[in-house]
Amino acid sequence: MSASHTHDTHAAGHDDHGPMKGWRRWFYATNHKDIGSMYLIFSLVMFLTGGLMAMFIRAELLYPGTQVLDPGTFNSMTTMHALIMVFGAVMPAFTGLANWMIPLQVGAPDMALPRMNNFSFWILPFAFGMLLLTLLVPGGSPAGGWTLYPPLVLQTGDAFPMAVFAVHLMGASSIMGAINVIVTIMNMRAPGMTLLKMPLFVWTWLITAYLLIAVMPVLAGAVTMLLTDHYFGTSFFNAAGGGDPVMFQHIFWFFGHPEVYIMILPAFGVVSEIIPTFSRKPLFGYDAMVYATASIAFLSFIVWAHHMFTTGMPLVGEMFFMLSTMLIAIPTGVKVFNWTATMWKGSISFETPMLFALSFLFLFTIGGFSGLMLAIAPADFQYHDTYFVVAHFHYVLVPGAVFSIMAATYYWLPKWTGHMYNEKMGKLHFWLSTIFVNVLFFPQHFLGLAGMPRRIPDYSTQFADWNFVSSIGGFCFGLTQLLFVYNIISCVRGGVKASDKVWDDASPQGLEWTVSSPAPYHSFEVPPEVK
Amino acid sequence: MAHAHHDHDSAGKYYVPHASHWPIVGSIALFITMFGASQWLNNGISSMFWVGILCVLGLFFGWFRDVINESVAGTYNQAVDRSFRMGMMWFIFSEVMFFAAFFGALYYARNIAQPWLSGQGVKFANTLLWQNFTGGWPSNGPAKLGGEFEVIPAFSLPAVNTMILLTSGVTLTIAHHALKENKRGILNLFLALTFLLGFLFVYLQSTEYAEAYHELNLKLSSGIYGSTFFMLTGFHGLHVTIGAIMLTVIWLRSMKGHFSSENHFGFEAVAWYWHFVDVVWLGLFIFVYWL
Ligand code: HEM
Ligand SMILES: [Cu+2]
Repeated sequence: MSASHTHDTHAAGHDDHGPMKGWRRWFYATNHKDIGSMYLIFSLVMFLTGGLMAMFIRAELLYPGTQVLDPGTFNSMTTMHALIMVFGAVMPAFTGLANWMIPLQVGAPDMALPRMNNFSFWILPFAFGMLLLTLLVPGGSPAGGWTLYPPLVLQTGDAFPMAVFAVHLMGASSIMGAINVIVTIMNMRAPGMTLLKMPLFVWTWLITAYLLIAVMPVLAGAVTMLLTDHYFGTSFFNAAGGGDPVMFQHIFWFFGHPEVYIMILPAFGVVSEIIPTFSRKPLFGYDAMVYATASIAFLSFIVWAHHMFTTGMPLVGEMFFMLSTMLIAIPTGVKVFNWTATMWKGSISFETPMLFALSFLFLFTIGGFSGLMLAIAPADFQYHDTYFVVAHFHYVLVPGAVFSIMAATYYWLPKWTGHMYNEKMGKLHFWLSTIFVNVLFFPQHFLGLAGMPRRIPDYSTQFADWNFVSSIGGFCFGLTQLLFVYNIISCVRGGVKASDKVWDDASPQGLEWTVSSPAPYHSFEVPPEVK
Repeated sequence: MAHAHHDHDSAGKYYVPHASHWPIVGSIALFITMFGASQWLNNGISSMFWVGILCVLGLFFGWFRDVINESVAGTYNQAVDRSFRMGMMWFIFSEVMFFAAFFGALYYARNIAQPWLSGQGVKFANTLLWQNFTGGWPSNGPAKLGGEFEVIPAFSLPAVNTMILLTSGVTLTIAHHALKENKRGILNLFLALTFLLGFLFVYLQSTEYAEAYHELNLKLSSGIYGSTFFMLTGFHGLHVTIGAIMLTVIWLRSMKGHFSSENHFGFEAVAWYWHFVDVVWLGLFIFVYWL
């Protein structure tokens, strides 16, 4: 390195010290905080868009019979709702949190590859623009379900290639985002920040990023095969040519199951930050948490066919995937017990982030239990493709992943903006959300056990009562989220000044609390030393 | 807050690049390409796609030019170099997984779908639809999609291509050692040999495709064999083409004296990529052509 030493020192700083003026700041961004904010705002917009679609779904299901949407539109609403929520709301929200918090938590000046960071963000609005454009093309938007199973999905009209390419773009964005996270964590930790000193949010994201790089290309491969089957005469999923439609399910779920952990591991990280803070105790069993996360990630690669118990797999296959799936309950249980043990004898206070984290703890666990029920292969023959599955994954995804995102937002918003949010309104948002999420989704367990199939716009009158309850819960849950939006906007615009520690009497741990609130535009230009 | 750290290679010296318009240009270029490709597939109008491709090429040119200029100006330090290296490795890992999906499809088609279609295990497809189907490999399925076809024997052109790619791996390694020992002449010569071998491979592969289409009646639409054969070798061929172009760029840069014996991340990244393409080929040779 000797020859370039002189260059090193002069290039060490930054060409620009504050944010650029006007639109360039956002379009040409390289700052992890700017990019993180864009991710979070984008995710919120997608959350509301996908939420609106859910309102249409619940309006249709309010009464038996078809009244609001024609069946085709109903199906495209469920498909688009899922694609938008998974790839547009939950994943970008976590990437936004990663962008904001990982450099702050490991003591780095920025993300490792700032331009690629901006690239991975800006692909997203275009990808989702293309996906939403499918609403206008001949044949309507994709309606075969977010799982894109052939041969049904091959009946999609002009929307088909647009949806496939949108998925490719989202995949490219996720992979680049994940590479950035890994490289930042592996290369840019402050001196003394050994791996086993990293905050759990960093740890869970490191493992999530690995999962992303491993499975997003597989999804890209799967949708590419769909595309060539549709337009170029290949026979991957066509039994007449020696292929097999079930093969798509194998490839899709090889991606799909790790994908559900991609959506929940960072949530585990968030909860592992918040519960210790408001319990005023260090996290119980830190090392066990790390190992549990790693084992969940490993196991997530060998359980995929629990989504396919009814496809006629050989018995050994059913047994293997049943048992491997149940194994996941062990590391997941370790986590739940550790969070609980963290609170044991703590002096707990119930600010909004803590409330959401606690709600996560209870309601995610319900989702985990229904998952265990679904994992029992013979029982799944009854539950599969019913509302029981819908209830299961909404419990893990809404009061699971989404609540953790809300908890994280309330927890770090003062650090981002320099202002406290409105705590009363936060609590109101919490209580209404927690009540209505249960009104919305708990009855769906009953509907499913009674045999109501998913993805059908009409239903037998015996299901009418619980559907009515569920829809009312849905509308109220949807409206409640406007409080969240209002609270965020007013917190960005002003409010009581937040201190550097924000949660002073809880004295939160971690490097992010050592910088000012709002965090300076360039954090840790000089790396802090971690002891 | 913590105090300054005076180590020259510490994270504090990390170079955070100045703002750039390439990412947003890239997003727009990708959108035009993808939307154009949809147009093409839906209405047969390809113009937007080609505009998009031009934009993407311009993007690569412009973005890499900026990065190369910054690198030549010495703006990047060791920490940045490490980031680039890790980034490239994880990118290659993602490519490995992309190919894994197609190798997985090949495995599934041969070892699971074929036996089932020919009446093992769950017998429905066989008893209800195709009672006379006996399976086997190569196969274009019970409906014999695309009609009778022949396959390319492994120990003909594919074996030659294997030798070509393996040799190119060796020439590249010789070039790398020459670079480390600062022997410029050998470096440039062997780099040139490497990408010429790469392009030769692509050329031979295209003659193989022509033979398959015109003489063997082996097409993309020849059932599952044609699907897996052309998609696997096709994506690989695309990667070889890209890799050979990258090697050519590296060669041009090397002629301009861009790389020093200690500092040549661009060279190494492309070399890793080339070796990766090489290894994928070995997999193809064994599982697609040979077994
Ligand atoms: C204790 C851990 C879990 C177990 C044992 C489990 C088990 C299962 C099983 C067996 C199914 C298939 C049901 C069927 O289609 O018949 C399923 C579906 C699903 N699970 Fe889980 N699960 C667990 C955790 C999670 C988590 C953490 C998430 C996401 C955050 C999740 C998201 C989903 C989704 C989205 C589906 C439905 C996919 C679809 O068909 O559209 N699960 N789960
Ligand atoms: Cu699963």
